[in-house]
Amino acid sequence: MSKLRPVLIWATLVLAISVPIIVAANSAQLAWREPVYIVAGFAGIIGLALLLLQPLLIIGVLPGIRRRKVHRWVGAGLVVAVVVHVAGLWIVSPPDVIDVLLFRSPTPFAVWGAVAMWAVFAAAALALVRGRIRLRLWRLAHTLLTTMIVVGTIIHAWRIEGAMGTISKSLLCALILMAMVWAIGKMRVWRGLLVNPYRAR
Amino acid sequence: MTTGNTTRRTILAATGAALMIGASGLRVPAQAQSLAATPTMRGGRNNYRPGAPIVERIGGGGFWTTGTVRRASDGAPLAGRRIQVWAHTTEGHERDERSHGATLTDANGVFRIEMPQIVPAFGQPHGHLAYDADYDDGGFQTVFLRPVMPSASDTSLDVDFVLIPA
Repeated sequence: MSKLRPVLIWATLVLAISVPIIVAANSAQLAWREPVYIVAGFAGIIGLALLLLQPLLIIGVLPGIRRRKVHRWVGAGLVVAVVVHVAGLWIVSPPDVIDVLLFRSPTPFAVWGAVAMWAVFAAAALALVRGRIRLRLWRLAHTLLTTMIVVGTIIHAWRIEGAMGTISKSLLCALILMAMVWAIGKMRVWRGLLVNPYRAR
Repeated sequence: MTTGNTTRRTILAATGAALMIGASGLRVPAQAQSLAATPTMRGGRNNYRPGAPIVERIGGGGFWTTGTVRRASDGAPLAGRRIQVWAHTTEGHERDERSHGATLTDANGVFRIEMPQIVPAFGQPHGHLAYDADYDDGGFQTVFLRPVMPSASDTSLDVDFVLIPA
């Protein structure tokens, strides 16, 4: 089992990420979109997929890689994905994106995407000052932001009628949620909530 | 109102019935005294092209956007009103000039314009319609609509305007 476990984890991960992307790449809707819209859409899908990697990386269940270093690079990739997603959609339809950023969009899922976007930027900024804050407090703040990212992104993606397939999208979202809960449990993040962390051993 | 006997139950029942009728896409004939004006929808104006020309149809067609234009309060049909329609379709993005076209209502206040199939854009299959006072002989307030189609496979969209005199 101990030898099979890493293989199973990697195989699940590769399938969970690649299948939704392959399904979306075969969507009929792409035929009616200009390239910048397609790129913006896939930046969103890739950003969603990266959310599955992050918790698994940080709790070290992905064997054979330098987890914290890769976690940072994936985080940076997530920031890039969000920027490409928003900038691309802005080119496709400026007024729709402006409405989203001003929290006045008619689409119910847009506001969740905007919240997740700001949480991504905040989490990335927080990552830059990791050494300067007490670790437990930092971890609590980082977890709060990443929970906002995951919940916001999942609701955002879930309710969009776009290129992604319904089943593969739902499975990916469910796995992301499970991975996040797993990581929060394993890291025992709530320890940061205790008043005196030194006494609470 | 002839019956001054409105209870919470009747309001709830009426609201529920109105929601059901709205959700099922049924059209009820104008109720003379109680026709409320159509409010502009959020995002309705997005990618609007003022003065888009009146066309026989937009692009290759295959999808019908239809509806009525009536006057608030008495529900009288309004003839000769200019309605602009645009959407993300199989032939172009919302902001593309070729995705826009206008038509006029007939004597019964009915408009019908053929256009390419609307496809989901920005997460929802939706159309845009405008009644712009600046491109009409005036008399009514501008309204921008952004109806969402119940299903992306629908091949028509029915939208009613109830306008307020300016």
